[in-house]
Amino acid sequence: MSLEADIAKVRGLGSAKEGTGHFWHQRLTAIALIPLSIWFVVNLVCVFDATYAEVTAWIQSPIVTTLLVALIGALLYHVKLGVQIVIEDYLHAEWLKLSSIICLNLGTVLCGLVSIVAILKISFGTN
Amino acid sequence: MFLSAGTLVLAYWLISIAGGEESYMVARECLSTIPAKMLLGLSVFSFYFHLCNGVRHLFWDIGAGFELKTLYATGYAVIASSLLLTALTWGYAMAQGAAP
Repeated sequence: MSLEADIAKVRGLGSAKEGTGHFWHQRLTAIALIPLSIWFVVNLVCVFDATYAEVTAWIQSPIVTTLLVALIGALLYHVKLGVQIVIEDYLHAEWLKLSSIICLNLGTVLCGLVSIVAILKISFGTN
Repeated sequence: MFLSAGTLVLAYWLISIAGGEESYMVARECLSTIPAKMLLGLSVFSFYFHLCNGVRHLFWDIGAGFELKTLYATGYAVIASSLLLTALTWGYAMAQGAAP
């Protein structure tokens, strides 16, 4: 049992009950994504028309694999945080807001996992 | 919201590569159509706009740039630089031999 007073447990957490965590993570992922996303977009437009062998060779380079996994992780978390704000600001029916946020969370996690598995499969693949 | 849909396209692209040469060629075919290319070009612009305006927001977070004059100036700078960055990226892709 905690000896902390109830007021001490809730102080600073605000109406969202999670304090500044959301705000801070959004900024953190934003900063991480500045270099990562520019690197990715510039490279993507170059490999876009490439042959299968060229694309796989690019992704299989260890540094590219690492950066891509980092990009997907930061990107999908950033998307989750950003779209959640839009949902909270514009959907007022409680049931709709809650179900949208659940779908958003499951969707972004799934999208991220699928992308990372695909990257690793390409990277460790023999083709 | 539009950009977050782009992550789904990105996931599809990665899955198609992971699926082997055949599925990659199908994806390449789909993504090379004119409407797809237009959407992709629009996504690149949206991305740069989001990036530039995001940096503007980060400056606001540290309390800088709130004077009305600066607000307007950075607002126009965001539009100008996102157009410029889109053009630069496009030009770079052309120089690397990508088809328009």
